[in-house]
Amino acid sequence: MQIDVSRFTETFFEEAAEHVRAMEDGLLRLETTPGDRTVVDEVFRGAHSIKGGAATFGLSGVARFTHGLEGLLDRVRDGRLAFTPELANLVLRAVDLLKALLAAGRQGIPEPEGVEALLEELTATHGSAPVGPAGEAGPTPPGGGLTEFRIHFAPLPDLFRGGMDPVLLARELALLGDTRVEADWTRLPALDLLDPERCHLSWTWRVRTRAGEGELRDVFAFVEDVSELRIDRLDALASAPHPAAHLSATPTAAASPALASAGSTSLRVATDKVDRIINLVGELVIAQAMILQASESPTAASLARLRAAALEMERNTRELQERVMAIRMVPVSTVFSRFPRLVRDLSQSLGKAVELVLEGQDTELDKSVVERLADPLTHLVRNALDHGVEDAPTRAGAGKPEAARLTLRAFHQGGSVVVEVEDDGRGLDLDRIRAQAVERGLLAPDARPSDEELHALIFQPGFSTAARVSDVSGRGVGMDVVKSAVEGLSGSLGVHSSAGAGTRVRLTLPLTLAILDGMSLRVGTQVFVLPIHSIVESFRPRPEELRRVAGGGELVRVRGEPLPLVHLQRVLGVEGEPVDPVRGLVVIVETGTTRFGMVVSELLSQSQVVIKSLDTHYRRVDGVMGATILGDGTVSLLLDPAGLARMAGVDRRAGARAEAA
Amino acid sequence: MNKTALIVDDSVSMLQLLGFTLKQAGFQVLEGRHGQDALTHLQGTARVDVVITDLNMPVMDGLTLIRAVRQLPQHRFTPVLMLTTESQDEKKQQAKAAGATGWLVKPFNPEQLLKVVAKVVA
Repeated sequence: MQIDVSRFTETFFEEAAEHVRAMEDGLLRLETTPGDRTVVDEVFRGAHSIKGGAATFGLSGVARFTHGLEGLLDRVRDGRLAFTPELANLVLRAVDLLKALLAAGRQGIPEPEGVEALLEELTATHGSAPVGPAGEAGPTPPGGGLTEFRIHFAPLPDLFRGGMDPVLLARELALLGDTRVEADWTRLPALDLLDPERCHLSWTWRVRTRAGEGELRDVFAFVEDVSELRIDRLDALASAPHPAAHLSATPTAAASPALASAGSTSLRVATDKVDRIINLVGELVIAQAMILQASESPTAASLARLRAAALEMERNTRELQERVMAIRMVPVSTVFSRFPRLVRDLSQSLGKAVELVLEGQDTELDKSVVERLADPLTHLVRNALDHGVEDAPTRAGAGKPEAARLTLRAFHQGGSVVVEVEDDGRGLDLDRIRAQAVERGLLAPDARPSDEELHALIFQPGFSTAARVSDVSGRGVGMDVVKSAVEGLSGSLGVHSSAGAGTRVRLTLPLTLAILDGMSLRVGTQVFVLPIHSIVESFRPRPEELRRVAGGGELVRVRGEPLPLVHLQRVLGVEGEPVDPVRGLVVIVETGTTRFGMVVSELLSQSQVVIKSLDTHYRRVDGVMGATILGDGTVSLLLDPAGLARMAGVDRRAGARAEAA
Repeated sequence: MNKTALIVDDSVSMLQLLGFTLKQAGFQVLEGRHGQDALTHLQGTARVDVVITDLNMPVMDGLTLIRAVRQLPQHRFTPVLMLTTESQDEKKQQAKAAGATGWLVKPFNPEQLLKVVAKVVA
């Protein structure tokens, strides 16, 4: 039978990635509690499993490297090697390389460099020669012509306890050649004394075979220790050798690593989630059958049943939709889990003591959101450690604990998920921000922006509050990258900081990218949908709350705060009578960086909408994040507030200027 | 009637490989993610003709499982194969002492698996 093992390699890679994560996590925990036996076992088991799998699935490079790592961990496990910080660094480096090796295997690209060097370092540390895992044991060289053997097999009485059946041995021998067997029952007790669970017989075979003695011995491999075994070679039979007849190639499983795409396209789903869906589908089938039945006879009674069944079906469908969406939900811990390692390495290289706190790891988010969250979060964490957190002497001087605290937190808020990165460092330097903003022309020299407005400026492109460039935060990559990444996820971003006490960056993200709570609104003759999470409030302004400013802009005053006003109708080129804000509505909309008023004719209703991408079906359209189908079947465009703000030129910058003007 | 194999491993890819190969060979397959999981199958009414278990697993390791299997009256003589690596000769001996019937050395290919299973299952 030919079985292609490569069909299972994708599972292996997923599993290996999990093992690597667990190993990393364990190693970090070991640094605080070096003697923890269960954790050592866990880390060892990770390496052991990866090795076994890699060898089975034909990834010899991974297997060989992991073997070296396993050897080292084994020494740690039995106490021959102390888990020092140096050793921790070495093992973590090895885990990194293992990751790279696995990635290379998954993508079918050449192995990364440095494998040999690190392997040598590992084996030098644990002081044993690098041994590759034994390859598949090749068949013993065939013995050539026919040979006759005599095999005497006398098992111990408790042979059966191991689950062994001597008949199987006889059958296996028979496959190797002509056999004749004699049983010796001289030791068989009388029937009334016979214990049927013990073996009282012994056997002698005569085998004429082309197999060698080794192959015969292999037949008894599992019973060697519980039996007396003697194999004698009788004279070689004088028949012409037929080596070719025996040299049938051993079929080896094709183990070419599958050329899997780099992105993880598969999803591991908890079984209970799937079970619930299956249940719901069952109920749906029942409801549908009821509808069919009720629609057969048009009586008043059946109409009532029809109505009931339709309602039932509606309920089921809605729940099914929710459950199916839930399949894509993964806990935020999948992205948080990378940070203990990152923070450890960073705090080491920066020479700052940092305690990382992870909160709300079970909070679930759409898989694609979680995946795309990794980069912005990494950036925020680097920033916090590099610029936010002070060194120990400074902290001591300020009366703070020496170890800084960095908190990553996730929680649900309404229909959104909030992810926060909070440090207890020095806070944002408002004077620096003001100075840099003026220098870059983002702020008029005499402007008096609020603290919040100043904070928001750090998300402007190229803006940096760092006094120096460091190799941790890098050069020229600013918070604007974080901002665009978060907005790309239809999320928003805010920052809160107080001098000397710390900084908190808050990302507000949709639960999923596929469904969104929307508010449908009318502008002239057209209906659009606006994401609810971007709406702050709506009201009908009094004429005196509106003001024109130089340069053609308009402002609306909300509780004293002037906000730029955007005429949706003009920006999107909707035909019809101009909409007068005083007779329609102004919706205050917030994006990550700005806040503005949007003039609409009326708000219609609130509903969940399924987002259909315009990019794939048409092309990218400014100010629009997609399309959706409304309850009545009409198609409506889904507005993108951040895009609209850009189109209308009412980002912070314009607002600040307008106000200054 | 088909023979039933209980395969026990904490690695899903290994379970897939074992399961697929055994099913191809006409076995019914039960799966366990660790020893405790496997024992639940064995204590139940399901018929099990052969147990194939990894040694290194969370919750309950393979050695403990083998000992527990031998304590079950209906499985005192059920063949139990352990999955082991070349570096575990000591483990092999321990497992034999605990009541394992035989072993399969990792890495193995499907042919080797079936050959070893044939050694212990009629």
